[in-house]
Amino acid sequence: MKEVIRASGIGKKFGETQALKDIFFEVNEGEIFGFIGPDGAGKTTLFRIITTLLNPDEGEMTVLGLNTAGDFRELRKCIGYMPGRFSLYQDLSVEENLNFYATVFGTTVRENYALISDIYSHIEPFRKRLAGKLSGGMKQKLALSCALIHKPKLLVLDEPTTGVDAVSRAEFWEMLKKLRQHDITIVVSTPYMDEAMRCDRVALIQKGQLMLADRPQKIREGFGRKLFAVRAPQKYRLLEALRKYPLTETAYPFGDSVHVTIRNNIFDASLNEHLVRSGIENASITESEAGIEDRFLELMKNRI
Amino acid sequence: MKRFLGFVKKEFLHIFRDFRTLIILFGIPTAQILIFGFVVSTDIKDAGVAFLDLSNDDVTQKISDKICSSGFFRREEDLHSYNDIDLVMKKGKARAVIVFGENFGRSLTGQGKASMIIITDGSEPNTATLITNYATAIVTDFNREYTGSGLSGAVLLQPEVRMFYNPGLKGHYMFVPGVITLIMILICALMTSITITREKEFGTMEVLLVSPLKPMQIILGKVTPYFLLSFINVIMILLLSYFVFDLPVKGSLALLLAESMLYILMSLSLGILISTVSRTMQQAIFISFLGLMLPTILLSGFIFPIENMPKVYDVVASIMPPRYFIVIIKNIMIKGTGFGFVWKETLILTLMTVLFIGLSVRNFKVRLE
Amino acid sequence: MIRQTVISVTNLVKKFGSFVANDNLSFEVYEGEIFGFLGANGAGKTTALRILSGLSEPTSGKVTVAGFDAKKEPERIKRNIGYMCQKFSLYEDLTVRENITLYGGIYGMTKKLILERMANLLSRLSFEEFGDRQISSLPLGLKQKLAFSIAIFHEPRIVFLDEPTGGVDPITRRQFWEMIYETADRGITVFVTTHYMDEAEYCDRISIMNEGRIVALDTPEALKKKYNAGSVEEVFIRIARPKMTEKSML
Repeated sequence: MKEVIRASGIGKKFGETQALKDIFFEVNEGEIFGFIGPDGAGKTTLFRIITTLLNPDEGEMTVLGLNTAGDFRELRKCIGYMPGRFSLYQDLSVEENLNFYATVFGTTVRENYALISDIYSHIEPFRKRLAGKLSGGMKQKLALSCALIHKPKLLVLDEPTTGVDAVSRAEFWEMLKKLRQHDITIVVSTPYMDEAMRCDRVALIQKGQLMLADRPQKIREGFGRKLFAVRAPQKYRLLEALRKYPLTETAYPFGDSVHVTIRNNIFDASLNEHLVRSGIENASITESEAGIEDRFLELMKNRI
Repeated sequence: MKRFLGFVKKEFLHIFRDFRTLIILFGIPTAQILIFGFVVSTDIKDAGVAFLDLSNDDVTQKISDKICSSGFFRREEDLHSYNDIDLVMKKGKARAVIVFGENFGRSLTGQGKASMIIITDGSEPNTATLITNYATAIVTDFNREYTGSGLSGAVLLQPEVRMFYNPGLKGHYMFVPGVITLIMILICALMTSITITREKEFGTMEVLLVSPLKPMQIILGKVTPYFLLSFINVIMILLLSYFVFDLPVKGSLALLLAESMLYILMSLSLGILISTVSRTMQQAIFISFLGLMLPTILLSGFIFPIENMPKVYDVVASIMPPRYFIVIIKNIMIKGTGFGFVWKETLILTLMTVLFIGLSVRNFKVRLE
Repeated sequence: MIRQTVISVTNLVKKFGSFVANDNLSFEVYEGEIFGFLGANGAGKTTALRILSGLSEPTSGKVTVAGFDAKKEPERIKRNIGYMCQKFSLYEDLTVRENITLYGGIYGMTKKLILERMANLLSRLSFEEFGDRQISSLPLGLKQKLAFSIAIFHEPRIVFLDEPTGGVDPITRRQFWEMIYETADRGITVFVTTHYMDEAEYCDRISIMNEGRIVALDTPEALKKKYNAGSVEEVFIRIARPKMTEKSML
């Protein structure tokens, strides 16, 4: 497989703040590679280094075989970039935005229409509407069309699904999947753990450090312990009771249940007895498969 | 080139789509010219004049009649003592008081000279200047007639001009050059700095930087539309001042337009320089207004003459580009002088333009840091 | 267990001209409950939230919040609720203590009570060392916790959270939900509006709004069962999608 991005020991400081530290990873051709992490983890800084907008203080970033610090002019022709805030001109219409970005990259909408038709067809009925008047989901589709219009080899999407409703989010990921058939490598960041499963490979990033990069399924399997989901109506009391159970290692609220790991994975009736003694009757305890978020929590905890 | 044109087209779309930009571009200059033009009236008509005639003879009668029959002045009151002067002025009845000394006629015929005083209300400097000029002109005219009649030789009558309330007044009637100077620097610098910082704020700059566009293309693409529109603006102001206020350009129109282009270019490059140091539109607006508009109004000689300023301000004023343009435009428009008289100022402006462009290109970052 | 109703909405309609933002809403929220109010942007959540918090008057229908009528006694409602929005509504250039004091003063609390509760709050959050730091210097997670604590500082009966989380790391997020659980356990009702469906999983009951109407209302578990879905997000997509695609065809 051909390598599209190689990061070797990337470090970046803003004043006293260490935004990125010791980042190593490779992205292969045709992959959807996700960076998952909370706000302030360093995702945007990393993407700006990939897109030649920032130079790393340490290490070297190679994109499409070119160095981002030296060969930025050549690279800028081959990258499609969608920054965190949809970079559209609010006072230009849908069509005018698309045409503008096409001219800037020295191409025309007609030339690459096939590539964007799937996405653009959703918003084409509104092509005379000003971009500022579009809904979040439509803005997202227009911004993606604009980033794709010059048929880039690498597409860099910084939090494309933030602030977009669930339906548009689902549609968006389907579009990204379809783009793979055009040999476009996609790097995408998101704060939502549940989106990790949609990527071919993901990197978990926290406080400027890359904790892990692997296939999502592998990451889940890496959770080395048995995980139990405990449910009861009074969540706060349940949580407190679980924390008091002597064998509990971790207990985190997780949606409608509490995810618990138990020392040495010894699960027996004593847990239920403990809960009943704490005033929690009829709690349901089931063994559960760990998700990306469980793993993220585990990795975060091990670092502290 | 196609990229560049596409960029310019987009800028024009921004401008024409934003009502506020259009108002700032064309509404404000028009309003300014009209306001300055009408509020600061340019004509003296039937201005009230009081006379204090201490000799009351043939000659003083002739002079005062001539003044009042000119159409510019109207005899408001005849005063009897110096004490009345202040009162009649304060009441606002008379805009000027003309005083003939004792034995006016006799000393004019006998000693060949006599003294008269023209007192005007300096609290309205523009009007005061006009009245003085008109009155002086009439007296000079009288002088010529009188001399011509063979009664006596040489210049006889020398009016002594005094201005009450603002004795050092030196202002020139020059609102059109002033407005052009002010508006151009403000609009050009403000608009360009806003349009670039807006791209930063909305995040579109990130995408432009990651595109194959070169910094020079972005800068020129931003500047070109405003250059054209500002040039149209200058022409519009000149037409307005010609047709509405009858203020023609005395010197070479071509030279004036060429100098205006230079000044516009200087203002635009200043705007880009501002945008490279500001992160937000708010900052850009703040710098443009405080850093450009106020100094232009206060220090360029537009309203307050530079000669009267303390030395420190004079030094500050000398680094203000409008100061030089105002000299150029006044010379060409009002005095009708040619390039020979303004080459120094032109050279300074050119150097400033080169400096600002150089600094902006150096400051314009190809990356985000 | 008999639960007291703290929010009661019957046939609420809110119109802006001919546009119907809230179309005949009826629901109840109980004391100590965590109630999730979901919907896409523009579904009418914000409009309903404004009415519930006494900021806007219903066109018709009966709305009672904390025992007060939203049409007649909005001022009394405001005194009995707390509110926290996405932007956290903290003054970035004031210190933690200054923000708390200011807020307590706004709700007419006595100086003594403010100082007492402030000491309590700071120790409970282990925030003592941050007391004199400006808000702008705090990390996102701490700001979020502080904003929530301030919203319930005057011990309201209901606290409204408008899109409260998103973007924080998983641990901080859990700490935040633990605070919410604890608050609900004390009997304060927590009313959460959000368009992030995974947040909804944490609520006791959720309602889903679409185009001004409530199209589903139940516990997350029951809804998932009903729509045979693995997550609330899937439930939402199943409910909203046919209409959304129809809309984008317009």
